[in-house]
Amino acid sequence: MATQFQSSTANRRWRWFTNHAATWLAVGSTVLVVAPLVAIFMDLVYKGASSLNWNFFTKLPVPPGESGGGMANAIIGSIVVLALASLMGIPVGIAGGIYLSEFGRGTKLSTVVRFTADILNGVPSIVMGIAIYGLIVAPTKTFSAFAGGVVLGIMMVPTVARTTEEMMLMVPHSIREAALGLGVPNWRSVLSITLRTAMPGVITGCMLAFARVAGETAPLLFTALGNDFWSTSLNQPIEALPLQIYTYALGPYDEWHRLAWAGSLVLIVLIVVSVSLVRYVTTRGVLKGAN
Amino acid sequence: MSLRIQEPRAPKSADAATPVDGLVPVAVPAPASGVRAFLQARGSSSMADSTFRWVMLLCALSIFAIVGLIAVELVVHSQLTLARFGLKFFVGSAWDPVNSNFGALPFVYGTLVSSAVALVIAVPLAVGVAVFLTEMCPKALRGGLSFLTELLAAIPSVVYGLWGIFVLVPLLRGYIDPVLIKVLGWTGLFVRPDFGIGMFAAGVILAIMILPIISSLTREVMTAVPHTQREAVLALGATRWEMIRMGVLRNARIGIVGSIILGLGRALGETMAVAMVIGSSPTISKSLLAPASTMASVIANEFAEAADDTYRSALIEIGLALFIVTIIVNMLARLLVWAVTRGAPARVN
Repeated sequence: MATQFQSSTANRRWRWFTNHAATWLAVGSTVLVVAPLVAIFMDLVYKGASSLNWNFFTKLPVPPGESGGGMANAIIGSIVVLALASLMGIPVGIAGGIYLSEFGRGTKLSTVVRFTADILNGVPSIVMGIAIYGLIVAPTKTFSAFAGGVVLGIMMVPTVARTTEEMMLMVPHSIREAALGLGVPNWRSVLSITLRTAMPGVITGCMLAFARVAGETAPLLFTALGNDFWSTSLNQPIEALPLQIYTYALGPYDEWHRLAWAGSLVLIVLIVVSVSLVRYVTTRGVLKGAN
Repeated sequence: MSLRIQEPRAPKSADAATPVDGLVPVAVPAPASGVRAFLQARGSSSMADSTFRWVMLLCALSIFAIVGLIAVELVVHSQLTLARFGLKFFVGSAWDPVNSNFGALPFVYGTLVSSAVALVIAVPLAVGVAVFLTEMCPKALRGGLSFLTELLAAIPSVVYGLWGIFVLVPLLRGYIDPVLIKVLGWTGLFVRPDFGIGMFAAGVILAIMILPIISSLTREVMTAVPHTQREAVLALGATRWEMIRMGVLRNARIGIVGSIILGLGRALGETMAVAMVIGSSPTISKSLLAPASTMASVIANEFAEAADDTYRSALIEIGLALFIVTIIVNMLARLLVWAVTRGAPARVN
């Protein structure tokens, strides 16, 4: 009896101990995970904001050793490349999403497309970069903004298609039926009723994809290449913000490092704003209200 | 257009008169709405409908086309080394662009080891975070914390790299590496010389980058475990940890493995941050503190300088290998995660 009582106390102690240990381990790991994030943001804001000034947005890069340079060409370049990418990636992605939710629901084909889209999302961006290098840069024998736009556009397709599909699936059937009941042709019903209803979600999906490719550097290394001067031509190499950050971070000059931090801050602000917007729309349920 | 504007006004102006009189002019000439006007203006919709359907199908199929295109481009442009070295390419450890002698083993090794380091660091932490967020966290904290971990996933790779160079590497060199050398030096994994940059720094950066993916998916899988499981274990008198271990983790284990593999897929292909902190050296060394190179980082660092065709072809072949490996890893992971979360809602009820 006594031994059993003893062991049961020990057992209870052990269980009490593991329970608390596990709790503290979970709390501890959460703290450990949040710490680098907070550190990254603090560093970005602290180091980035102190070097962010008007020159950053208006001046071209200056030769090493001089100060007062900016990243105006990189900002314009990013805008050009991203606009091109959005022009290609968003319509195709939305159309793909429409197919998945409106026409291919439950079919084998759509399952395979969905699966492939998820796989494509996981393909390293640098691999896409060299593929487009082979497709566009090698035959035309010049690095170009166009090639950069194509890579990023391709990368946007799976994300946009999947979010469009998810958002359109949330649109209640009664709305589609109402439209069809009025004699509206199906294509018109899809475009101006279903897609219109799902629009806030679709737009945020596009912004998510946009934010993701906005920070991409690897695929631009051998497509857009980078350019120290003004260029908006699609057939010329063009600078982009992440490329410029990469070059400056690896350079030996303090001035470059400061600019790299400032550039990162600008990039992050852009991305955080769009991600927050996405979260707001998906959790507050602009769409859920439609039900 | 003018008809549409007139139509809604007609009843208003007719209000003064008898309502029946008001209806007559409206019903005869005017279509009721833009939709009806549109319907009357066009002919049969079957052509438009099927065209629309085909266009949408084409766009959906473009996803296959993209994957096919990448594969074809990579194979075509790596022909030179594929033909010349064959499979020996991946077991040779000489990387000598000057003499056109290429072996990718150091990069395969670098990719595998850096990903392994990342997983060793990230997996326990990610599961810990997921457990905390799903089972222990006060509701008020949950939203904010999960948002924070999602933000980690949204930071661009190049920003991680920048942070890695200027914050993480000095931190490792100054404080963490000396401790590791002292404590774990006998394993031969942590020996001097220590430059800060190297395999271990790359592993740590990768761990930070894949943490949000693993933890958010693990959380998803754990939430999918039905509440009845938890209640049953608690009703037997289990402590909270026992409930989590037996009721939740055991049920979610396949999905957790899936999310870990997904994190692995990301780690294998991660480029910029790794290229910036790994030190870029085509060598295999036992010490994790030594500079190394991964498959992705060697492409990023050397592709632009690769002047001759064989060199470029060798780099593209590494890309091809990376493509195939990440596709396999991602497929495996997706299938596992799907298998778990798909059946989940049915089981909850």
